[in-house]
Amino acid sequence: MYRYDTYDQTLVDERVAQFRDQMRRYLEGKISDDEFLPLRVQNGLYIQRYAPMLRIAIPYGMLASYQLRKLGEIAARYDRGYGHFTTRTNLQLNWPKLEDVPDILADLASVQMHAIQTSGNDIRNTTTDQFSGIAADEDVDPRPWCELIRQWSTFHPEFAYLPRKFKIAVTGAEEDRAAIQVHDVGLRLWRNSDGDVRVKVLAGGGLGRTPMIGAVMCDDLPWQHLLTYLEAILRVYNQYGRRDNKFKARIKILVKALGIDEFRRRTEVEWAHIKDGPQTLTDEAISAVTGHFVEPPRRDVAEDAIQAYERLRGENRAFARFVTNNVTDHKVPGYKAVTLSLKRHDHSPGDVTSEDMAAVADLADEFGYGELRVTHEQNLVLTDVPVDRMEELWQRLETLGMANPTVGTLADLICCPGGDYCSLANAKSIPVAQEIQQRFENLDFLYDLGPLELNISGCMNACGHHHVGHIGILGVDKKGEEYYQISLGGSQGNESSLGKILGPSFYREDVTNVIDKLLKVYVGERTPDETFLDTYRRIGLKPFKEHVYA
Amino acid sequence: MPEQSRTLIADRRVLENNWVLLEEGAPRPENARIIVALPEWQAAPGDDVAPLLASDTELTPELAEQLLDAPLIAIDFPKFTDGRGYSIARQLRERYGYCGQIRAVGDVLIDQLYYMSRCGFDAFLLREDQVVEDALNALDTFSLSYQPGTDTPEPLFRRRMRESA
Repeated sequence: MYRYDTYDQTLVDERVAQFRDQMRRYLEGKISDDEFLPLRVQNGLYIQRYAPMLRIAIPYGMLASYQLRKLGEIAARYDRGYGHFTTRTNLQLNWPKLEDVPDILADLASVQMHAIQTSGNDIRNTTTDQFSGIAADEDVDPRPWCELIRQWSTFHPEFAYLPRKFKIAVTGAEEDRAAIQVHDVGLRLWRNSDGDVRVKVLAGGGLGRTPMIGAVMCDDLPWQHLLTYLEAILRVYNQYGRRDNKFKARIKILVKALGIDEFRRRTEVEWAHIKDGPQTLTDEAISAVTGHFVEPPRRDVAEDAIQAYERLRGENRAFARFVTNNVTDHKVPGYKAVTLSLKRHDHSPGDVTSEDMAAVADLADEFGYGELRVTHEQNLVLTDVPVDRMEELWQRLETLGMANPTVGTLADLICCPGGDYCSLANAKSIPVAQEIQQRFENLDFLYDLGPLELNISGCMNACGHHHVGHIGILGVDKKGEEYYQISLGGSQGNESSLGKILGPSFYREDVTNVIDKLLKVYVGERTPDETFLDTYRRIGLKPFKEHVYA
Repeated sequence: MPEQSRTLIADRRVLENNWVLLEEGAPRPENARIIVALPEWQAAPGDDVAPLLASDTELTPELAEQLLDAPLIAIDFPKFTDGRGYSIARQLRERYGYCGQIRAVGDVLIDQLYYMSRCGFDAFLLREDQVVEDALNALDTFSLSYQPGTDTPEPLFRRRMRESA
């Protein structure tokens, strides 16, 4: 876990003072609404449908137990006692008071947290693999690199007023769990035959109104040049990205308009001037940052304890279901990563109460080393659970309602806050999610369906990543009425693809029935071992379409 | 002319503005130093004429070469959210080594001054409604930075290495 030194702390403290002064001048009428807007959003503060919303950064999804506890306290003190984890691994408070926000930021700074650049036309919070540092299939631990990117991008003086927002995702594993192909820039860290770190750089991916898969800028950038290369990309984007139409302002539109070869050429021209400059990374710089991400002092887990764990899996069906779906292999034998499901019927997807935040923080201390991860599927992860304590953890999670053995199934759907909160939304998304979860809650049915990703966005800004859901649901507005468009065949990961629209959109009350029909087509058409996505890719849209619109 | 009522901050203090931002086609006041649109400056440069760069100016090496002779370079912010001027100033300073004054003009507001100053601007013609005292304070918003800029040549990670060596 990265720990601030006095420099990091000074910077966030000075940021709080800056925003406190800006808020004061705004409330005194010295800054207009329009001019205050970029200042507040660069501190995570939105003015929403019913109230302000504050988006708190959780850099690359890493969270310490003491930070989560503080987030719970903040939600209780300044909000309504809950928060919402987002697909960008941030935490949103939905009901803070505008004038309290400087105090909230000061409280966050006391635990090395902030809301810097969680919105605005700037470089946003970098995201990564939720299993970074512990994944069995990892070539390079992305966390030190993410931290270096965090520092480089924080208060970058040249890139605070970009044409539009800019999102970077990083992975260092064989399986891409960070969706790098659908980010403005995606980075894949790997090692060459000498063991030296290289970076594959993608640019121009993204979801939103015009979804695109990123194109390859460079396959084997030597690690020393990571920051200067990023800076060159950003500078080209800052100068040439469209500013006349916000819907065409993301880097993907520029990359498409110029073509990847021309975009690369311009980047390289720019890069030639700053390559080998002061931002060139050094071994010392990498090892200093890497020193923050040390292996925790894991005790050995005895072989008979591992066997006992396997035996319990064999004997206890409920435990076995939990392990199969919510427990992930770890690079260290005897340890596992455990995903805590935040998809609970009595809460909106991704929502956690202050009490539960405190309880989860305690679990992170008791069953790990005080460290948690936030996933872009809106769940939490305990990273270092010894298998001889798994049963106990499972029981504790049951009492919190976070042991739903449904991670990766239809019930683990991704969902944005939608029209219940967000002023951009065309339609509500949470009630749709809840209706689907209630309709398809039978575990045997969910398991029979196998891995299935259903993603819901309340508008084409695509915060719910509907384009990359195996089944995607998009809220649309037709003459003031809420409708839902359904797409099929999207996917994240190594074989990323964008979903295709099924056909005309549906009333909300019909959505669940439509999902049911889609599932019936899959169950009827699948061959043994075929997932929903496999079947779709084999048979295409047509059979689904015919059945739904019959 | 509104810009005459604007306060100029240069070298971190309020200074008398000795340059007149001339609207296109306006008659040149006598004995005044003037800032004119880039093509006009290119047509008739001089010690008392400075170019105004629009935010969409493409800073080619040829143009940069010409600009090195300018007594002052003004960069326009048609709207404070237009961030292109930051890159132009930075390239003029860091790549082409321009040493004269780089002046931000247009929609120049207090809360952008700090980043502008890190990108090479050393003069700011504030929009007329801006509070000068707040503007001067804003230049000291942060006492350090992660990245290099025209104010500091080394990124923080190098400073940390140097100090811990």
